[in-house]
Amino acid sequence: MKKFFAKLYIWVLLVILYAPLVFIAVFSFTESKVLGSWEGFSTTLYHNLLTGQMQGNASLLAAVKNTVLIALAAAFISTLLGTVAAIGIHNLKGRRKKAVTLLNNIPMINPDIITGVSLFLLFVFLHFSQGYLTVILAHITFCTPYVVLSVMPKLQQMNPNIYEAALDLGATPSQALRKVLVPELKPGMVSGFILAFTMSLDDFAVTFFTRGTIGLDTLSTYIYTDARKGGLTPELRPLMTLIFLIILILLVIINVRQDRINKQTVQR
Amino acid sequence: MDKIIDIRHLSKSFGDKKVLEDINLYIRRGEFITLLGPSGCGKTTLLRMIAGFLAPDEGAILMDGKDLVGIPPHERPLNTVFQRYALFPHLDVYDNIAFGLKLKKVPQDEIDKRVRKVLKLVAMSDYEDRDVETLSGGQQQRIAIARAIVNQPKVLLLDEPLAALDLKMRKDMQTELKEMHRKLGITFIYVTHDQEEALTLSDTIVVLNEGRIQQIGTPTDIYNEPVNSFVADFIGESNILNGTMVRDRRVAFIGHEFDCVDEGFGEDNPVDVVIRPEDIYFTTEAEKTQFTATVKSCTFKGVHYEMFVDTDTGNELMIQDYDAYPVGSTVRLYIEPDDIQVMRKERTDNTLPGTVKDAETIEILGGAFALKSGFEPGTEVTVQVPFDAVDLLDNLDDGVLSGEVHFILYKGDHYHLTVRTDDGDDLWVDTDDIWDKGDLVGINFKSKGIKIRRKDE
Repeated sequence: MKKFFAKLYIWVLLVILYAPLVFIAVFSFTESKVLGSWEGFSTTLYHNLLTGQMQGNASLLAAVKNTVLIALAAAFISTLLGTVAAIGIHNLKGRRKKAVTLLNNIPMINPDIITGVSLFLLFVFLHFSQGYLTVILAHITFCTPYVVLSVMPKLQQMNPNIYEAALDLGATPSQALRKVLVPELKPGMVSGFILAFTMSLDDFAVTFFTRGTIGLDTLSTYIYTDARKGGLTPELRPLMTLIFLIILILLVIINVRQDRINKQTVQR
Repeated sequence: MDKIIDIRHLSKSFGDKKVLEDINLYIRRGEFITLLGPSGCGKTTLLRMIAGFLAPDEGAILMDGKDLVGIPPHERPLNTVFQRYALFPHLDVYDNIAFGLKLKKVPQDEIDKRVRKVLKLVAMSDYEDRDVETLSGGQQQRIAIARAIVNQPKVLLLDEPLAALDLKMRKDMQTELKEMHRKLGITFIYVTHDQEEALTLSDTIVVLNEGRIQQIGTPTDIYNEPVNSFVADFIGESNILNGTMVRDRRVAFIGHEFDCVDEGFGEDNPVDVVIRPEDIYFTTEAEKTQFTATVKSCTFKGVHYEMFVDTDTGNELMIQDYDAYPVGSTVRLYIEPDDIQVMRKERTDNTLPGTVKDAETIEILGGAFALKSGFEPGTEVTVQVPFDAVDLLDNLDDGVLSGEVHFILYKGDHYHLTVRTDDGDDLWVDTDDIWDKGDLVGINFKSKGIKIRRKDE
């Protein structure tokens, strides 16, 4: 009986968690303009989405492109910055290390809306014309701490002598960084990159305040405006389903990789 | 003499803690030299400064006459074997060893040849393609050694390379290291806290404690003629006793007088006497007997028996002998003059600066002690506190100062402790009570025997 309730609990939980996703996936296969009414199975929306035959298609596709480009740029740069910062923090000692770690953690718990508004004010104050550049800068700002957080454990696990061993064998500090540290930290950097990429992908508040008035739209700001204009573009439903599937596949790949790494460690 | 490394007036502090103080040391070309000391003595710090991972605060490290200070580690002609191997986990055995050669742009066929050669030297020939993480600790250590010597360094630095291995493996590797040193003919600088390892491997041993060199010498010198009670206690087993130099070649301890071979300690001067446990002999002849004792315990140690005896004058001695004597029996003992090692006492009391507060109190090391001096308040004084006038208390709050038992030496009939106060000052204490290293104690002074004089007198 106890086992039954335990199972029931987990299933109820899963249903609550996944019902919205299943809902949108199911309704991506019908042509209805209004979400919630079923008008028979059809793949027209997918067809429209992939061929670009829909109302306001240009701006939706541009928004998708912007989102991906911004996420890639922000994730790439914050992975570089975050890795270097993590190495620096790792080499600090005692109170200073604690202080810098805390400073790194604050932006993560800071509400996005505050980050967004304060960056907006900062850019205005500095007379930065807002657009692509400011959005990317803003995304780097809130992504970097996550990279630091995912690289730090790798540094802690690493034998502290291997960097010195590289120097000892004749590597200059930059050679030691490239040939020894980076390969060691790569798993942490990869998960930091993915984390930063997804953080950037679904950000709304910060983007909204830093995109300026040149009409730059990412997916989230596009949907926001679209919804206010009266009803979502139906093609968003297949788009969301596809994004969910891509993320799901990525997640499975990462987990399988991690599993393999763990197995190797056990064998040691 | 052919010096390869000459270390002059080297000092290093971390924060306000002095880790090394005025180290002077030279290393001969081709020798196997060991830096030996307990953890925290500064031996690893010294090695890391030679390797270039740490910069000294003061002093010079000359290698073939050229100062290494300021030269980054990758430009120094020496290589290090690290304590926990520090192999590169993402590279296989071959690439680990070839790492240094590739950086130096050595041609590929030459790299192949040299890697094969060192792999043969460390007896790991068939392991080229193995992932380093699949190797055992001992195998990883061999690869670490191979990775260092393939670069043909002038000096090989080894930082406790065997510490992580089990006993059997350690013994085998010791033999192999010694053999490698002979074959390669390069200078080895070896760091360890294991005195037995140091005695087995080294041409020269440097004993370090608390950032200072205690003694430099061959293993036999260090073992047979320790210069102070720290070295005597750290290297091998020993009986360390309080004695008095009666005159040249005559010393008194455990209530008896003995002939010895030491001279130049003056007359009636307090000294420390070291007797190795294997140097106390049993006899049945009355004319050879120097003193008698009762056997208290007898333990079989494999090759020899280890016995503790109480002498007729109430001192405890440790004796090692191939024959066992029954517990409770009375035995006749003697010691050869050669085997008595006399050492100058490093100190005979605690000499401390103080300030008179009022007629009844003097402030010493930041604590107000109840001592009558007869001097005006505010007078700067020097206070001599005999070792047995320091009172150690279980309860920290009962003492004027508090501190931690830092070092313990058994002197036959009492313990000689070094107690470090919370402010980092050392006090030396003679006590009959048993304390453990690391015990926290309250510190007070008994007034008997304490001498107080004006500072400038």
